[in-house]
Amino acid sequence: MNRINPKYIPLAATALVMIALYVLGCVLYPNFTSPRVIVNLFGDNAFLGIAAVGATFVILSGGIDLSVGAVIAFIGIFIASMIASGMQPLVAIVLALVVGTVFGAVQGSLIRVFDLPPFLVTLGGMFFMRGMAFVVRQESLAIKHSFYQQTIRQLVIPLAPRVNIPFTAMCLIAVVVVATYVCVYTRFGRNVYAIGSSENSALLMGVPVGGTKIGIYALAGFFSALAGCVSTFYMQSGNPASFVGLELDAIAAVVVGGTLLTGGVGFVPGTLMGVLILGLIQTLITFQGNLNTWWTRIAIGVLLLLFIVLQKAIAGRGRA
Amino acid sequence: MSDSLLEVRGLSKSFPGVRALQGVDFTVRRGEIHALMGENGAGKSTLIKVMTGVYERDAGTTRLDAKEIFPRSPREAEACGISTVYQEVNLIPHLSVAENICLGRQPTAFGKIRWGAIMQRATQALARLDLDIDPSRQLSACSIAIQQMVALARAMDVSAKLLILDEPTSSLDERECEELFKVIRKLRDEGMGIVFVTHFMDQVYAVTNRITVLRNGQLVGEYLTSELPRLELVARMIGKDAKEVAAMESQQPGMRSVRDEKPFLEVRNFGRKGSIAPLDLSIRPGEVVGLAGLLGSGRTETARIIFGVDKPDCGEMFLDGERVSISSPRAAIRRRIAFTAEDRKIDGIIPNLSIRENIVLALQASRGTWSKLSRAKQDELADKFIKALRIKTPGPEQLIKNLSGGNQQKVLLGRWLATEPRLIILDEPTRGIDVGAKAEIEKLITDLRRDGLAILFISSELEEVVRTSQRVVILRDRKKVGELAGDAISEHAIMNQIAAPTAESKAVVDV
Ligand SMILES: Nc1ncnc2c1ncn2[C@@H]1O[C@H](COP(=O)(O)OP(=O)(O)O)[C@@H](O)[C@H]1O
Ligand SMILES: [Mg+2]
Repeated sequence: MNRINPKYIPLAATALVMIALYVLGCVLYPNFTSPRVIVNLFGDNAFLGIAAVGATFVILSGGIDLSVGAVIAFIGIFIASMIASGMQPLVAIVLALVVGTVFGAVQGSLIRVFDLPPFLVTLGGMFFMRGMAFVVRQESLAIKHSFYQQTIRQLVIPLAPRVNIPFTAMCLIAVVVVATYVCVYTRFGRNVYAIGSSENSALLMGVPVGGTKIGIYALAGFFSALAGCVSTFYMQSGNPASFVGLELDAIAAVVVGGTLLTGGVGFVPGTLMGVLILGLIQTLITFQGNLNTWWTRIAIGVLLLLFIVLQKAIAGRGRA
Repeated sequence: MSDSLLEVRGLSKSFPGVRALQGVDFTVRRGEIHALMGENGAGKSTLIKVMTGVYERDAGTTRLDAKEIFPRSPREAEACGISTVYQEVNLIPHLSVAENICLGRQPTAFGKIRWGAIMQRATQALARLDLDIDPSRQLSACSIAIQQMVALARAMDVSAKLLILDEPTSSLDERECEELFKVIRKLRDEGMGIVFVTHFMDQVYAVTNRITVLRNGQLVGEYLTSELPRLELVARMIGKDAKEVAAMESQQPGMRSVRDEKPFLEVRNFGRKGSIAPLDLSIRPGEVVGLAGLLGSGRTETARIIFGVDKPDCGEMFLDGERVSISSPRAAIRRRIAFTAEDRKIDGIIPNLSIRENIVLALQASRGTWSKLSRAKQDELADKFIKALRIKTPGPEQLIKNLSGGNQQKVLLGRWLATEPRLIILDEPTRGIDVGAKAEIEKLITDLRRDGLAILFISSELEEVVRTSQRVVILRDRKKVGELAGDAISEHAIMNQIAAPTAESKAVVDV
């Protein structure tokens, strides 16, 4: 192995971009070096990151999940309403996770049993969940419970004087660690790669393709629901109209993180880096101060296109 | 029945429009290598896929070790003890060699994959085939031959009772084949049953004990390899009776004049990697050259590179003695070469156009978009060919899809004749049409030849080739293995060349 495996090139590129953006920020703005910037980067992007980890599994398997944003919004308003009607927050959260997982499993079963394209099934799922969110409640609802106002806010790890790692950031890191383990060290994880690389071969090699596919969407549903829970910690409220299009941010983070949109190649830590890159761009533009925040979108768009071209170039070279 | 390991009885499987298997019986005994033979499309791969649960069966039973099994996926088949290498290399390109060998059965401890153990096991599996590959290498970075060997290593990594190999040697070189044979002989001696599909006769006679022949989805028979001469094997594969083969010797068609003219088309050392090995071929005006060989022997591929559908990667081509290169069917048509494709449903007729429109299609195309044929001219052409080719139809405006197969074929022929070609390539023009229509097409070919056309005639029906051709080029395994001319042409001689062991087939009967 004297040549590096081409599948690590996008990952290396992602790491480089991330470091470059951070260094750029430090050079331009003295305050950027504060550990608080990094802590906030994780905390503010926790729910996006968790959703993106779910999307990583789906994209690795060669699929797509468009229901993410709607599920997060639904879970948010669901938890808020349940707590408002007197349910214990922890019970509401567990219930929400179950609902999200079941919803994902149903989407996976539709894809599997009727051999439907994931794009359409999850598009339907998106409309369904967005609608359900409004059925639960028409407008946003603040969560008022000591678990939210005190417990969660106290669940922090002090890092430096007056800088704490928030609970949301811990959730993100835990998710990334667990998901990485699943990808690398479980048969389920390896089957996801195999299906994404060549579904037909995987079937002929005896991979349980059907069960794995349902599992992938159930897992994505679980992660979306978890992202929904984390969003309530962050927002301290639920809102049926929120997070429209968040799934697209998640997909962008996954692709920028070095996962092949066609499936079969990718890494969960890459996705984390992708999310951090998106966050860094946002932070840089906030620090800059007089640029419109829409410039974030433009920068992400350009970066995304660059990465897709890079992947194409590598794929082309791999074949030659 | 103590020694039979696998017993398949009455297996049937249909795909839309194709009865791929019809009540096939198949028995594999312990400790034997069993060849499954048949032309391309005979149903070998389908039989394997139905047995191993890739496809659902329509009818039939499978017993393994006298126990009825009903695998619904390759995974279940593997759990029953059937390990399979399917025809197409079926591995995961983005994963490493080692992981491809162990996928789905990775050694784990408390659910955690032990990567070290995977590497070890893969290294052992590769060593068994005497392969020197880095198991951590990504599979897609390996050559097709290596990938094939990895697939074999994977299949042999499980302790199976039955090992099925569907054309595993098609991309292997001699040394790799020897290595494979060594291993499967050893597995056979250990009592495993092995099913081996190949289209290389030499390999069948080198390693197998028994042969089952399929033809058109039906069982032809089961034979001991040592008791079935090559010639008879070929006869069985193409659906001839052994006695018939013996009798063929006597019936010579005779009187074949090979005209002593300059060839219209000549190719030298002309070939394309992976589709047909470099060959020489020439066709004179007023001559029919037959291309004979089993299905899948490279006949259509030869036609395709001549017509410019596929690009040749070596050799040269001459038309009327002038060196040319034909890069596309358009260019071929401009040089007055025509080609009727094998499957007229796919490449040929446009079902919802009328006979007239179908006939003028190629001529119109060769004139370009801007000089449209007048309607009067179109009607004239349509009438001419309906008469000349005796197309049975109420009129030229009939939709072609309403015609019988034979008449559709004639319309196709008419389409090309309208362009006034000098060479026409006919790929299976008589496939799927009735006997009467076949005779008419044959007669047409002879008439066209008399008019001075050069014709390249591809057919699976040897009698047809023998009856109509002045010269016959014989292909086997995508290689030209011989050529017969004039009175030397007979079914028996052609079959002999198809069946001959590789070393002896060098003798080319020349003009
Ligand atoms: N998946 C499929 N769908 C439709 N037809 C098929 C399919 N697989 C095979 N066939 C048809 O079944 C017949 C037998 O094919 P196959 O078993 O691949 O032949 P062999 O392996 O002997 O060359 C052919 O006519 C082929 O076109
Ligand atoms: Mg086959």
